[in-house]
Amino acid sequence: MFEALVFYAFAAILLVAGLRVITARNPVHAAMFLVLSFFTAAAIWLLLRAEFLAIALLLVYVGAVMVLFLFVVMMLDINIERLREGFWKNLPLAVVVGGIMMAEMAAVLAGRYFGVAPRPRPLPADYSNTKELGRLIYTDYAFAFEVAAVILLVAIIAAIALTLRQRKDRQRQDPSQQVRVRREDRVQLVAMAPEKDR
Amino acid sequence: MTLTLSHYLVLGALLFSISVIGIFLNRRNLIILLMAIELMLLAVNLNFVAFSHFLGDAAGQVFVFFILTVAAAESAIGLAILVVLFRALATINVEDLDTLKG
Repeated sequence: MFEALVFYAFAAILLVAGLRVITARNPVHAAMFLVLSFFTAAAIWLLLRAEFLAIALLLVYVGAVMVLFLFVVMMLDINIERLREGFWKNLPLAVVVGGIMMAEMAAVLAGRYFGVAPRPRPLPADYSNTKELGRLIYTDYAFAFEVAAVILLVAIIAAIALTLRQRKDRQRQDPSQQVRVRREDRVQLVAMAPEKDR
Repeated sequence: MTLTLSHYLVLGALLFSISVIGIFLNRRNLIILLMAIELMLLAVNLNFVAFSHFLGDAAGQVFVFFILTVAAAESAIGLAILVVLFRALATINVEDLDTLKG
């Protein structure tokens, strides 16, 4: 009973925050509401006994990705009025498509098949979510875990390489040209008559 | 009044539909589009965690872990592209990005 109340409260906050993300006029406000929705989603994951993922969501998303979003939003000087032109023009189409999707999914998911899904087994007293996840990641999913690490490495290098800017007025050495230089390019012997003493 | 799997799945469906509507509404603003994609991934992750809890199988949480990884990489590269785009064209309006005449 208490759990259901907590769930409904967090679900309401999550949905309102999600709505504000897509309707906020200022992108900074949208980012802040996205932080709120991630935070609330982490709380709902705690209700589902996924402690490690809830903390990971907070650390990775609220701590890193959203800060990145805020940095980018504040770096760009964007004209919000132009971007908001015709904002409500698409609302009917959006509501129709979203409503149909919602109705379809609700028809399947809220039916009696998912309602009678097996009750979660009570977890043993010494159960550790983090330990269980770690065991799975380093045994059954070891290869996928390595691939995820490579994806992160590629993302770091790609993001840096994309935004790296070379200054045009910078002086730099080219070692290969320095090594390949020949004597004839640098030294010129000039034959000239000796000057006479006065 | 007990919580069933349906409660969590319908919440995920609602969140997903909200982000689809957001993509329609904000189709000019690239930053909000990226945020709506993040919301969608959050809704998908909620489904994974709910199934993992109700079926008593931690493998679903491992998948959420990988989705989080890929989503973080995606948003980092997406924002880098956004910054390069803004430097080159001084706009993030999707309607101005018609150089390819698509």
